[in-house]
Amino acid sequence: MPKVTVDGVELDVPQGATVLQACEMAGKEIPRFCYHERLSIAGNCRMCLVEVAPGPPKPQASCALPTAEGQVIRTDSPMVKKAREGVMEFLLINHPLDCPICDQGGECDLQDQSVAYGRGATRYDENKRAVTEKYMGPIVKTVMTRCIQCTRCVRFAEEVAGVEDIGAIYRGENMQITSYLEHAIQSELSGNVVDLCPVGALTSKPYAFEARPWELTKTLGIDMMDAVGTNVRIDSRGRQVLRVLPRVNDDVNEEWASDKTRHHVDGLVRRRLDRPYVRKSGQMVEATWAEAFEAIKAVNAGSSVAAIAGDLVDCETMFAAKSLVNALGGTLLEGRQTGLDYDVTSLSAVNFNTTIAEAENADVILLVGTNLRWEAPLINTRVRKAVWKKGAKVFAIGPETDLTYRTEWLGDDASLVAKLPQHVTDALKGAERPMLVFGGGALSVPGVHGAGLALAKAVNAVRDGWNGYNVVHFSAARMGSLMLGYGLPRGIKDVIAAKPKLAFFLGADEVDFAALPDTFKVYVGHHGDKGAHAADVILPAAAWTEKDFTTVNTEGRVQRSEKAVFAPGDAREDWSIFRALADALGVSVGFDSFDECRAAMIAAVPALGVEGIADYGWTVPKLPAKPEARAIPSPIKDFYLTNAICRASPTMQRCSEELIHGVDFAEAAE
Amino acid sequence: MADAPQIPDEAETRARWGNFAWTAENAEKAKAVIARYPAGRQRSAVMPLLDLAQRQVGAETQTQGWLPVPVIEFVAAQLDMPFMRAYEVATFYTMYNLVPVGRYHVQVCGTTPCLLRGSDDVMAACKNRGMTKGKTTPDGLFTLTEVECMGTCTNAPMVQINDDNYEDLDYDSMTRILDALAAGDAPKAGTQIAGRHTSEPEGGPTTLKEMVKANHDYRKEWEA
Repeated sequence: MPKVTVDGVELDVPQGATVLQACEMAGKEIPRFCYHERLSIAGNCRMCLVEVAPGPPKPQASCALPTAEGQVIRTDSPMVKKAREGVMEFLLINHPLDCPICDQGGECDLQDQSVAYGRGATRYDENKRAVTEKYMGPIVKTVMTRCIQCTRCVRFAEEVAGVEDIGAIYRGENMQITSYLEHAIQSELSGNVVDLCPVGALTSKPYAFEARPWELTKTLGIDMMDAVGTNVRIDSRGRQVLRVLPRVNDDVNEEWASDKTRHHVDGLVRRRLDRPYVRKSGQMVEATWAEAFEAIKAVNAGSSVAAIAGDLVDCETMFAAKSLVNALGGTLLEGRQTGLDYDVTSLSAVNFNTTIAEAENADVILLVGTNLRWEAPLINTRVRKAVWKKGAKVFAIGPETDLTYRTEWLGDDASLVAKLPQHVTDALKGAERPMLVFGGGALSVPGVHGAGLALAKAVNAVRDGWNGYNVVHFSAARMGSLMLGYGLPRGIKDVIAAKPKLAFFLGADEVDFAALPDTFKVYVGHHGDKGAHAADVILPAAAWTEKDFTTVNTEGRVQRSEKAVFAPGDAREDWSIFRALADALGVSVGFDSFDECRAAMIAAVPALGVEGIADYGWTVPKLPAKPEARAIPSPIKDFYLTNAICRASPTMQRCSEELIHGVDFAEAAE
Repeated sequence: MADAPQIPDEAETRARWGNFAWTAENAEKAKAVIARYPAGRQRSAVMPLLDLAQRQVGAETQTQGWLPVPVIEFVAAQLDMPFMRAYEVATFYTMYNLVPVGRYHVQVCGTTPCLLRGSDDVMAACKNRGMTKGKTTPDGLFTLTEVECMGTCTNAPMVQINDDNYEDLDYDSMTRILDALAAGDAPKAGTQIAGRHTSEPEGGPTTLKEMVKANHDYRKEWEA
């Protein structure tokens, strides 16, 4: 614990802290561009200069200077002030004065810091340099003349995203940041470089010229695009969500978000269901709520009712639907639309027990049937961190793909789980913190679930202070639905076998609707997608940005999200739809307001009332452990088009075409 | 970036150089270079290998050689490094040519010492032979580049042509060298002043003259 003095204040700093960190601990603001807590230290912007004694009599870059016992640091001396002014003047020499037409305006580090630390005016009379435009793909818009070469994007691509496609070419005055040969960046995390860029060189292409930051209403939310539960800020203006940005949560998403999280939002205003529809002689016809309810009542289903939850629904919606189904006397509730039927008697056996944050501490990792990069991009960055920073070893079973780190692929045969090669078993047994990760693809093969639990026991993956047994889901609704009892022993096959007269599809689009020919299908959702096409009645509901809700991520973390905007047209929040429908059907669901709905849900499942990781204990169900010998399928065919909102989003469609199907969109040089 | 190299069309270079591979001799050399670095640090060999590749391209095209993108990728793949990292190296150093050059790459130094000693005349000699800065002559013989200091200031002005330095130039000697090269001869490298060998003072020593014949102790003279 070195003792240092910052501007006359003495304080102890942790061993190995940098001078910049010491200054921050002392409450001093140090301007910086290249330094970023989650990236390696580059030390090339020189903005963080401070005066340090003992040392050479000149300003020192505090971000790259380790603290030492007895250091006297000054951040307020004339030398520091002058140094900052000088650095700022150099940075601005080649920076264009185009703030009025720059999308970064209002949230620009360079703008803010030049006001705070720069000279009042420029002394530079020569021509500024200009840099030719670069192409970085469908997400990142570039104006490279504005670049100050902090290399944050280069370091992010190399260290976090794991795609070493961005670099600095040429040198000196000619240095430019570019993607390799100006091809699109092949990463599902490319949008993060937009946040990292301290100037307006990299900005968001879909959001270009949409709004200024001060016009936006900021709402705290939880992303529903995958089961990571990324903490986000929903920026809206009027009735439209304009963008979604990640919030810092070290336990979940650090400060990253996947491109799907960021850019599916333009799908929220397209293909929306904004009024009820009723099928009349084969045609969907616009209707009023009363007519729609009348049509449902006319089915006269009695207790032959089912509810099938989709991937994007929240806990309150599922609870409201469950209350209605139960009130009608039905019990058929299922959330695994595509036909998965793994055992759900123990939630701990289908949970990401290691927790997302701890995943980066694992030392030997076995991935079974999961393309983590697509199913949970931000868990993949944790695994990458374990590999990159701590030298973890990764084995994988399943269809081969590039996970951005060195992976030993053992094959794609599911039966391998029960008979791993000796060296893999040895590595797992010898590991201090072994981690087994099973994806949805793995659980779709009978026997893998049991074999996985047996393997966890055999290699002692669950031990004191460490639970290395994990299932990674990619549906945001999954853990919540399982906690609310949306899980039948044989999955959706039980629903099909029961031939319910009436079924509610809660934003469920991936169901095999043809298997339910005699069922009256009510689609309660927000997008006109596959589910709406198959429905007999459509009840327009709210998307995730249009309601308060509770959701549970794949590690069992209960999180709450707030309502940012109102649902369009006649669409209503889901809980109120079921409440009104209960009246129409002459039953009672037991709540009259959202708060009552939530309270009833918490009364039924107390764990949903506590934000944070729900404790499922550790119980192992007895399951057959003989996996079938067949190839593990890949559950996600196209990362960018996994749900109804994405499929409606032009940005996601473009990403899919360009990054997955290789359509060439690169603009010709102008 | 007006003077940044115009990287040749990717499809064309891929068609021409896509299946670049070491010659047997160069494969041996590459192996020897990589062996200089500890296991896991093969990336350190990127610079010698890029140079080797450039020379092989030169041998194949009868020029001084350049680095087409597929060749850079070939080297990067051999060293198990991302293409971008090798590309950064190739673009950073001026000894790697990113565009095709002629048989003789004439690099005229224009930094202050050479400028003061008459590099303008040297440049004029090149221009009068039809060369243009940054361009290759139509016969594919010469490429002219103006470069910064090559560290031969005692023999200014100088040019570097392929692997040789030509020093102590003036308009006439430069013209003579270019003529000889064009005729396929190998003009004398190094200083062009008769009687001068390397960087010793022109016309014999001006100081420490007694040291020329035998060791001489100057200390007594300094004491006075």
